[in-house]
Parts: sequence; structure tokens; C-alpha cells
Amino acid sequence: MSRLPFYLLVGVLMIAGIALSVHRHVQFEVPWTPGEQRQVWEIEAQVNFTARGGPAMVDMALPSHQKGYRVLTENTASPGYGLSFLEDERGRRAEWSIREAAGSQQLYYSVQLLVAPDARPPQSRRPELQEVVWERPFDTAASQVIERAWQRSATPFTFARELIRDFNDDRQGENARLLLNQFDRAPLLVRLLNEAGVHARVVSGLMLEDGRRRQSLSSWVQVFDDDRWSLFNPVTGEQGRPDNLLMWEDSGQAVLEVQGGTNSRISFSMIQHNQPAAAAVRNQLANDTLINFSIHSLPLEEQALFQTILLIPIGALVVVLLRVLIGIKTSGTFMPVLIALAFIQTTLMTGLIGFLLIVAVGLVIRSYLSHLNLLLVARVSAVIITVIAIISIFSVLSYRFGLNAGLTITFFPMIILSWTIERMSILWEEEGPKEVLIQGGGSLLTAVLAYLAMNNPWVRHITFNFLGVQMILMSLILLLGNYTGYRLLELRRFKPVTED
Amino acid sequence: MWTTPGRLKAKGIIGMNRRNIRYIGRYNDRRLYPLVDDKLKTKLLAKEYGITTPALIGTVKSQFEVKGVAAMVTAHPGFVIKPAKGSGGKGILVIERVEGDSYIKPSGAHLRREDLERHVSNILSGLYSLGGSPDVAVVEALINFDDSLSEYTYEGVPDIRVIIFQGYPVMAMMRLSTAASDGKANLHQGAVGVGIDIASGCALRGVQFDRSRADHPDTGHELASLKIPGWQTLLELAAGCYEMTGLGYLGTDMVLDRDQGPMLLELNARPGLAIQMANGEGLRPRLDLIERQPPGVSVAERVALAQRHFARQSELQAVEQIPCPA
Repeated sequence: MSRLPFYLLVGVLMIAGIALSVHRHVQFEVPWTPGEQRQVWEIEAQVNFTARGGPAMVDMALPSHQKGYRVLTENTASPGYGLSFLEDERGRRAEWSIREAAGSQQLYYSVQLLVAPDARPPQSRRPELQEVVWERPFDTAASQVIERAWQRSATPFTFARELIRDFNDDRQGENARLLLNQFDRAPLLVRLLNEAGVHARVVSGLMLEDGRRRQSLSSWVQVFDDDRWSLFNPVTGEQGRPDNLLMWEDSGQAVLEVQGGTNSRISFSMIQHNQPAAAAVRNQLANDTLINFSIHSLPLEEQALFQTILLIPIGALVVVLLRVLIGIKTSGTFMPVLIALAFIQTTLMTGLIGFLLIVAVGLVIRSYLSHLNLLLVARVSAVIITVIAIISIFSVLSYRFGLNAGLTITFFPMIILSWTIERMSILWEEEGPKEVLIQGGGSLLTAVLAYLAMNNPWVRHITFNFLGVQMILMSLILLLGNYTGYRLLELRRFKPVTED
Repeated sequence: MWTTPGRLKAKGIIGMNRRNIRYIGRYNDRRLYPLVDDKLKTKLLAKEYGITTPALIGTVKSQFEVKGVAAMVTAHPGFVIKPAKGSGGKGILVIERVEGDSYIKPSGAHLRREDLERHVSNILSGLYSLGGSPDVAVVEALINFDDSLSEYTYEGVPDIRVIIFQGYPVMAMMRLSTAASDGKANLHQGAVGVGIDIASGCALRGVQFDRSRADHPDTGHELASLKIPGWQTLLELAAGCYEMTGLGYLGTDMVLDRDQGPMLLELNARPGLAIQMANGEGLRPRLDLIERQPPGVSVAERVALAQRHFARQSELQAVEQIPCPA
């Protein structure tokens, strides 16, 4: 019987688990540790315009994932307006619409951006060359400017640099001045670049500076050399993207289009803050693909539930380790995991004291029940009611004494406790108190270790944020299930045999 | 306090994990478990295969029959009540004799009729069965154990555990109940385990609570002279359980009756590892040897092969200079 399929399965699970986790870390910026702080920018865009009294439509460009920044959440405030988010070849856009609007109108859009140095820029498509037609006096000026820059350059990027330099204040020639009088600087540069056969477009960006208000977008020239592109500052000619530049609109479209209104303006205010990585992850927009299978796409309440559920495999792993590698005896295989889950709610000391109190009192009462000669199911049911009574009494007593911690005792799984008491009681009758201590102690030790593992902030973070970890746990447990070596306690048990 | 895995391996000791995966998991088909987990089924099956077992007095299958227990046992001086699906000796009640209304355990403790009925009721409701499933109480006649062995035991009936691997008897031990074990023959409860030579049926060495012992703690009788009467028959009976159940790794619990000789008491599909302690030897080399044997060999040949290969000198003999009685 070949074990190859088994090891293949374990290997596939392990690799898939690691790959999924690494993918989540790299692609979605989920950090490996919960303590890491992440920088988050909160940016608010305010759109103002005067409505003419009829239907109005506002179409605004929205930022998307890009190099250095990742969109976490976005909100809008626009009372009375219909709103839809569009995503097409023009990029991401918000479209507000209203049947009737008059007077001054304000629309708000706010977005949270995570500073993510490793975020990959989306694939930027090269814009088509525009047909350029110059009017009479400008055509010679344009061709002379192009000719001059062309001579002093080798590539599209150097050409763009030289061209912009010619429009700089200190080196402005007559031709440049003439053109600048007629055209805006950035669109003019794109026209000239297109004329020379260089793909380029105007994009709008926002310089991020903490606490700034009433900021406006700046225009940048994006120049393409085949599939590579570079940003140029149209005023200084500087090449490259500043780190604090957020590209708001990057497909050469208008940032804001208003129909049915005049005097439209858009202004930005921004603030930067740090927040724990886990929270930043939680805010991440869920792009639900199969690969990005994430608990974060669930409603918050279910997320909280899953946070606990996803910890259970950790507890199971602890139990498997302790039983297979150490050889600890427990009363009920996975009872310690449930007790550990209760400890998470109650905290360790309160939980331990509560558990011992309930079991001890339960054992005393159970020993009386055994004299009554009852059927098993009835007896265990009686124990359940007893356990509930004990829990109620302890809760009330501890509350009266001002020990609020005592109230958390209600988190103990009562049915499991009742069965534990029943088993311990039988064990006591059949094997004596020593075996009860061994198994009870083993269960408590396992529960405490499982609690420590499950309550570890790092473990909680990892299990909740990386579902791939579940596969790794599965493969580890499968491997342990294949372990034929000695248990640690067997080294002591079988010692007498090796002595002679 | 601790030993090393290397030394255990050198001794051929197998651990719990190895037993579970390598032997029980591989050779014991899950489907066959009910045959041994249910003592009533084992008993009926053994009858079919001509393997002697203690006489069945009766069974109690439902709570309303519980009151009939006392009537059922009236004609019998001693009897044993056990759960059909019990494990690890749990729930076995031995009544040695009946005096008027009292039922007397081997320890001398008196039980009333109600106690008896409560015990049966507990068995039926599944208190002792695996997983707490409803069970059947089996009432058997008490075994009149061989007088030659009475010196070696305290209260209870000594039984002989033989590990049968693929039909070959690989290791044997006798379990002698003590005061500490309350007449029960479970080693972890304090019974004395005596390793038995497969070839001769003579004692090899004794252990109690995992420590070596040369005499019985209660009767004080030395163990070296212990020799199982009817050893050959016993081995063949035990080895025949392989054909009967189809289980490859099997623990057979045998007892010696004064009149009927060796009898099958019960079978165990998950026999414990303490037998290695009692023999002072690991199971691994023996199991490896058997795994190399061809299949389809008769019971007598299997027993002969085991006796040829697994013969050993008694350690007790060497210490006390008492020859093993022939």
C-alpha cells in the first residue's frame, strides 16, 4: 500500500495553503503581524456647482488602486441625488443625477486610501495618437518647437523633457510664448507630443499633504514609450512621479463633467492617520474572487463569529499534538477545546476557578444522584440542571460580592460540563480518584495550552486574515495522524523494559 | 525517569501510535469490529467455530427485564454480569457466591438485589459501552478456575492474554488479579502481569505497576514455578480466533476452567501494549517475522512456528534457580 497519494495530498495542501497566504500578503497587503501600523489617507472631494433649475448630472472621476495606494473604502454624501459607480474604459467614475435642482449644490465624496508601497499599478493602456490640426500662425511655431526638441533628444522620454524645458520661463522662446498664449500648458504639450508621434495624455493628480484643505488637482503629462510610461511635471519638466502624488484621473478624461449646472468646481481636503494593520485590512474593499476568498466580505457580526470558528482548528492541533506526541490523557477528546473557547470569554484565572468550582460541586451532587439509581439519560439531564443551578448561584453570588468577572461563568458549555462531570464521576467509582486527577488534570492542561495558543493575538490575526493557514493546519494534522513514533510519555512508561 | 526512543527501538518496543496505524489500522478491518466489541456476538460466533466459552446464563436486553435478573441467577452459585459492548473491563460485576439475599463479590463486599438491578440498568442505558450507546447485559456462569493456579491469584480469575497476529500467537501474558486491582485483571488497575513463554507456557517475568516482581503481592507465592496447564490447546484455541473473526491483530483473553480446560473469555481488537512490559521484550521483531510468513497456513503449523521462534528462557528461573516444571 503506497503512501504516495497521502504525501501528495499533504504536500498539495501545504503548498496551496502557503501560496494562498503569501498571495494575500503580497496582493492585498495583509501584514503577517497584527501590530503593524498602516498609514491611511482620508481624502474628501467637494463638488460645487450652481444648478439651472432643471435636471442635473454630475460625472466625476474616481481614484483606483495604483502604485503606492490602495482604495479601502469610499463614501458619498449627496442628499436627493441618485448615484451610481461606473467602471469602463474611461476609468472609475461616479455619476450623480437629479431630476430637478436649483441654486448652489454640494456633493461630497470621501475615500480612504491605504499607503501600500508594494501595491502594483494597474496595467496602463497607451492612448491613441490624436489627430492634430493647428491654425495658421501656430503651425510653424509648433513645428519649430518640435524640431528643436527633436534634435536634442533620442527617446520619447528625453524628447518630452526637452520639449517641456523649452516652455520653461527662463528659456521660453518666442514660439513657446506664442503657443502658451493660445493654449493651456498641459494639453498643449500633449498636442505637441502627439504631433511628433509620441503617445501621451494629460492626467490629474492630487499632491497629498497632511491636513490640507481646498486643494485642487494638478495636471501631469503621462508620456509613453511602448508599454512603459513616465510622468512629467508640465511646468518644471521633472520626470517621475512624486511619492505623495495620488493619481485621481489617469485615462486622459475630464475630472468633472456637469450637465445642467454652471460654475462647477471641485476641491479636496485630506488628512492622514495611522491605524492598526488589522483594521486597515478590515476596511479593504472585498474584490470577491475565488482566490481572494475572504471572511472580510461577510457582515461584521458573522465576521466576529468566524473569528472564533477559525480558531478551533488551532485548538484541535494542540489536542492532536498533546495526544499523539506527548500522550496526555484527557476526558473527552475535544472537550478541552470547548473549555478553552470558554476561557477566551472568561479570561484564564476566572475560567479556571469557575471550571474547578462547577466540576467539584457537580461531582459532589452527582455522587448523591448515583445513590438514586436513575437511568443514564435522566441522570445526565439532572446533572445538566444542577450545572445550570451552580452557574446561576455563582453568578448571583459573585455579582453580590461585586466580582463582575464571576458573571462570565455563563460562557461555559453546560452540556459538555455535565458530561465531563458524569464521566469523571464514573471514573472515580471505577478507577479511583487518582485516574480522575490524571484525566482531569490532562484535560485542564490541554485546555490551558489550547487557550494560550488560541488567545495569542498573532494566532488570531493569522487565522482570521489568512484562510490558507487552515490548509496548512489540515496538512499538519494529517501528517501527525501518520506518526508512528513513540509518544513522550511512553519513554517513561516503557523505561523499566530497557533497564535489564 | 525517562528513556530514549533509540533504546526503545533497540528493544523492539512498539508505541501506541505505531500500534494504531501500522497494525490495528492496517490489519483490522473496521467492519469486523462489532464481532469482538459485542461480547454476545463473540460468544455466539465462538460456539459456531467450536471454541469453548463460559456458559451463558442469560441476557437482559430491556429495562423491564431488569427485575428478572435475580430469578435468572438463582440456580447458579456464582456468576458474572458484563456489558456486551463494554471496554477495558468496565462494568464487569463478579459475584462469587450468593448467601440468602446478599450477593458477595470476590472482595467480600455484599451487594443487595437492588444493587444488582441498578448495575444491570446502568449497563442497558449504555454507561459502560463505547460512545454511550444502549447495551445488553450478558450474564455468564462463573469460571471454576484451575486449582493449580489458585496460589497465583487473589480473589479474581487469572486470565491469559495472547496476541494473535495474522493467526500466529506472538506474545502471551497472564494477568493475576490482586487486592489492589479489586479482583480485576487489568494491569493499570494493579493486577500483576506475568510474561509467558510461547514455547512452554512457563512464566518469564512478572510486573506490577510497571515494576518487576518475582512473587504475588498478596499470596506471596513466587511466580517462577507458574506453568499454564494445557498450553498447547490454549494456543491453538487462541490462534483459531483469527479464522473466526478475520482480524489480523487481535488480543485473545483466555481462562482455564477446572473441568473444561482453556476457554475463550473475550476478544479485543485494540489490545494494549502492557504485554511488552510483562515480557520484557518488544513486539516489533516478532511482528516483523510474522509479516514475512506466507498466508494460508493451518492453525497447528502456525502455533508450531511461533513456538519454534519465540522460545525464551525465564528470567525468574535464572534469579531463583527453580527449574521450570516440565
